[in-house]
Amino acid sequence: MKDAVVRAPLKAINWNRMQDDKDIEVWNRLTANFWLPEKVPLSNDVQSWATLRPEERELTIRVFTGLTLLDTVQNTVGAPSMLPDAQTPHEEAVLTNIAFMEAVHARSYSSIFSTLCLTREVDEAFRWSEENPHLQAKARTILADYAPGADPLKRKIASVFLESFLFYSGFYLPMYWSSRARLTNTADLIRLIIRDEAVHGYYIGYKYQRALEREGEARRQELKDHAFALIFDLYDIEQKYTEELYDGLGLTEDVKAFLHYNANKALQNLGYEALFPPAACEVNPAILAALSPDSENHDFFSGSGSSYVIGKAVATEDEDWDF
Amino acid sequence: MPGLVYYSSASGNTARLVARLGLPALRIPISPEAGMPLPEGPYVLICPTYADGQGRGAVAKPVIRFLNDPGRRALIRGVIAGGNRNFGRLFASAGEVIAAKCNVPLLYKFELAGTETDIARIREGLAKMGLETFRGAPCLTP
Ligand SMILES: Cc1cc2nc3c(=O)[nH]c(=O)nc-3n(C[C@H](O)[C@H](O)[C@H](O)COP(=O)(O)O)c2cc1C
Ligand SMILES: [Fe+2]
Ligand SMILES: [Fe+2]
Repeated sequence: MKDAVVRAPLKAINWNRMQDDKDIEVWNRLTANFWLPEKVPLSNDVQSWATLRPEERELTIRVFTGLTLLDTVQNTVGAPSMLPDAQTPHEEAVLTNIAFMEAVHARSYSSIFSTLCLTREVDEAFRWSEENPHLQAKARTILADYAPGADPLKRKIASVFLESFLFYSGFYLPMYWSSRARLTNTADLIRLIIRDEAVHGYYIGYKYQRALEREGEARRQELKDHAFALIFDLYDIEQKYTEELYDGLGLTEDVKAFLHYNANKALQNLGYEALFPPAACEVNPAILAALSPDSENHDFFSGSGSSYVIGKAVATEDEDWDF
Repeated sequence: MPGLVYYSSASGNTARLVARLGLPALRIPISPEAGMPLPEGPYVLICPTYADGQGRGAVAKPVIRFLNDPGRRALIRGVIAGGNRNFGRLFASAGEVIAAKCNVPLLYKFELAGTETDIARIREGLAKMGLETFRGAPCLTP
């Protein structure tokens, strides 16, 4: 008697009844951010690509296959693995948006390849990505925490580290090229990815912090210890990955500063304090400028900011202002 | 030294920065029902950025509501803005919007909950600021 069985009703999502306003805020930002690689004129980089030395090209393709792997993991495993633990139906919707966007990210690296590279070079790099022990180790370390039956909060920790830390050994390179006026259209595309990852890391970290509020002191300590142990493990892998990739160009130390800086930001997304001291996080200003072009440095206090902005016109169309 | 007024959403980054500054500060509430703080003297405003992809809506609604009151607005002496550099040209753009709207300097930008360096710079800067306004002050930057 199927009909006699009492079942919880299946619920349709209602966006006019929010339990957590962050869900709609983040949904709105993510959907407004939506983009596809076809929007970026990658072919304008063909000439620039030709000016790179063979080893620079090989490095760039390898770095992008490494990024593709992480996006693939987050697309097919990471974001979906958080669905069962979602606290609101809107959180589920945001997570599926994140999952889809990871597929766009992964797909866009292939657009770069088909525009700039030879099939042979790309096939070689994908083979490399399957054989590189450090790249495989970082993906496997994260996947272990995504596994079915894994602790849902540890899953979020791993996810924030993927979104806000692990990508950056790769993102460094297009920012570096862009700072030297190379592959600037590719850099534009990467900046779109970086912006998406910022919202992803923020949102998953925010949900983690909400969930922590419901946990007791001992459990909170356990999770914090786990988070710091995990970032140490991942950092260890990232260091080796970075050396292997960037020693040839003499950029390893520069990349490491960028890694420290991003590890601290990932921890902040989880609500934790920094791990690396300021001296270890002095990122090359050219890389910071490539991340946020046209966004001036502001330190009016010490007079080192590069522009002073009283009265500068900014888009403020917003009916809420009264003056 | 001017007082501090800040806004921080449920993710609490700006609140964590302000707590580490260790200075008295009034908080603009998240909920529209809660009462607005009433600063008694000149203050610096600290707030995060929540722009859409085009830069609109960078300043959180509660901050706009706070500044819409001419009495409260008259006392603002500068703004310190939070954000994330990964938002590219919109990094901490709430600070630019408020500086332009209120004709006060954008004193400083920081990311998320700020670094030790940010905390030290902001503390020092505020201490040096005195009570006179920066209104019309020349650009000190090269
Ligand atoms: C939907 C959304 C939009 C954002 N937009 C921007 C932005 O345009 N520029 C920026 O610098 N930061 C932006 N951020 C980052 C926040 O300003 C940053 O995480 C800040 O630390 C949040 O402060 P709070 O936790 O005190 O609210 C955005 C964050 C979210 C969730
Ligand atoms: Fe991604
Ligand atoms: Fe992501």
